[in-house]
Amino acid sequence: MIEIRPGASWSGAADEFVRIEDIVKIYGDVVAVQSLSLSVGRHEIFALLGSSGCGKSTLLRMLAGFEEATSGRIFLDNEDITALPPYKRPVNMMFQSYALFPHMTVEANVAFGLKQEGVPRNEIHGRVYEALDLVQMGAYARRKPSQLSGGQQQRVALARSLVKRPKLLLLDEPMSALDKQIRQKTQIELVKILDKVGVTCIMVTHDQEEAMTMAHRLAVMSEGQIVQCGTPQEVYDFPNSRFVAGFIGSTNLFSGTITVDEADHVQIESEQLSRPLRVDHGVSEPLGMEVHVSIRPERIRVHREQPAGEANWSHGVVSHMAWMGSYARYQIRLDSGMLAEASVPSQAMLQSDAPAVDEEVYIDWSGDSATVLPS
Amino acid sequence: MKPSIARAPVAWRRILTIAPPFIWLVLFLLVPFLLVLKISFADLQFGIPPYTALAEFKDYTLSVVLNLRGYALLFSDSLYVATYLHSVKMAAVTTLCCMLIGYPMAYYIARSEPAVRNLLLIGVILPFWTSLLLRVYAWIGILRNDGLLNNLLMWAGMIDQPLEIYRTDLAVYIGLVYAYLPFFILPLYANLVKLDVRLLEAAYDLGARPWRAFVSVVLPLSMPGVIAGAMLVFIPSVGEFVIPEMLGGADTLMIGRVMWTEFFNNSDWPMAAAVTCVMVLLLLVPLVLFQYGQVRQLGMRGGRRNG
Repeated sequence: MIEIRPGASWSGAADEFVRIEDIVKIYGDVVAVQSLSLSVGRHEIFALLGSSGCGKSTLLRMLAGFEEATSGRIFLDNEDITALPPYKRPVNMMFQSYALFPHMTVEANVAFGLKQEGVPRNEIHGRVYEALDLVQMGAYARRKPSQLSGGQQQRVALARSLVKRPKLLLLDEPMSALDKQIRQKTQIELVKILDKVGVTCIMVTHDQEEAMTMAHRLAVMSEGQIVQCGTPQEVYDFPNSRFVAGFIGSTNLFSGTITVDEADHVQIESEQLSRPLRVDHGVSEPLGMEVHVSIRPERIRVHREQPAGEANWSHGVVSHMAWMGSYARYQIRLDSGMLAEASVPSQAMLQSDAPAVDEEVYIDWSGDSATVLPS
Repeated sequence: MKPSIARAPVAWRRILTIAPPFIWLVLFLLVPFLLVLKISFADLQFGIPPYTALAEFKDYTLSVVLNLRGYALLFSDSLYVATYLHSVKMAAVTTLCCMLIGYPMAYYIARSEPAVRNLLLIGVILPFWTSLLLRVYAWIGILRNDGLLNNLLMWAGMIDQPLEIYRTDLAVYIGLVYAYLPFFILPLYANLVKLDVRLLEAAYDLGARPWRAFVSVVLPLSMPGVIAGAMLVFIPSVGEFVIPEMLGGADTLMIGRVMWTEFFNNSDWPMAAAVTCVMVLLLLVPLVLFQYGQVRQLGMRGGRRNG
């Protein structure tokens, strides 16, 4: 029986359940994963996010046991599983294209893992149907995978990977084989099921929206290393590098030099803007240093009138405007020639007479909207 | 508006597509077989051709004479029945040996790196560049009492007396397995190379040890390749002539040799034709039906994909 532990979902600083210590994977002369360390808490849904070739899939495959780590250790529930073959690990994986056995029925697919474990026949039946009911696929038990839609196949794959009650569930690009329309709905459903079962889960995805929808915490990976790790909100609001700022959501990046460095604020002169940037947080970078500043498009406001104040605004001309439904996306050519992007909520657009293309406008933002990026 | 193939009704397009292979089969399979069938019902006569005509039209009377001498002899003389049974046994053992040797080879090739894979495939196909006759002669040189194999074993001190292999059934088995092994490996390889490795990984992931994963995932999924390869070995082995003739002893009864004897030594065309027709009916028709059933079953397994 799949244990259902209500309220067992991850609640912030949980105890460490998966520990990856200084793991390295080298193929020939290519370093796929570079001395990476990571902790994942019990019942946490953790996303490894990155573009293809960043090493996230290699890391997942090392957790599953399909790849041997060149060095480093992996602990699961205080047990060193680094050297265990995949069939001895209390870890199950939902494969990217599901990898359902095409010659077996849905029922036989789900029962496969229990049979390998030597679970008695009468118990297998009950557990298989419990798992299928959990994903609402009980009615399809006699079908072959080829007779199911993509979404149904995914549910079966999930049931198959949960039925053995793994300590750790791995999801490899769980939504990539689904149509865009049903992805978001499926993401939320999947998280609900995972929370209900209370399984610790590590997923791999290249889709930042998917990671932000599903994961409690995520790690942005690049070139075999973790660039930043935190909750979706932390990583979005406080990216630690230009790479992360650009990877998670879209952003406006300005470069400039620190001219005033106080404890509670810094001022940055940028040739790309009409007025200096004033950022309401202290930075560790020294005076006169070249830095980058990230401002999210939704933090930028568009006006016809020149804003008051000596900082945090710039003049430009609307070069493009796209109506996206819930918001409008403006592209504004600043006097410096740089293109800035602003997202204006539809409601604000409807209330006032919105600026049109080729109109002269001012953009401004509050002092807490900007994030200084050291690299 | 000009008429084109694309505008033709679907039925016509289908006929145009099917026609060439269909005509080919009629001209080169069905017509020759009907000729053989006709000869099998004729009587022996001296002259050219060395058999009588089936139908005669004389004095406004059409007389059709079906001579069943060949068939009667076939079922009354135990030699023929024994020959059929022995041919089937030889072919079955050959097929089994090809499976046992060929499956690991095909699996290994399919799992190799692409560059190595092509090299190994060339290795499998390479013998075809030499005539079968030459290769069987080479086997005579190996298996003879004073041949390579016996000399080697005696030199190594493993035997004192030469092994009597040449001109026995064992030599025929060796020759048949050697000659037909590639026909088993190639279709099976084509099947195995398409197998999704992730299915195997999924099996490991769910707790299956490598052997169990192989038996429950790879083996069932490769059955179409195994069946295709087995057919390609079994069917021609039953009627094989050259290998039993050259490697087998006088007591190696195989249907191909009987046909040859009837046809060339006894000049008994109707008898040879009857032997052939019975072989086709008794062996090949059931096999084709079996194959058809398999294909249908696998087709249903594959199923339809609905979105």
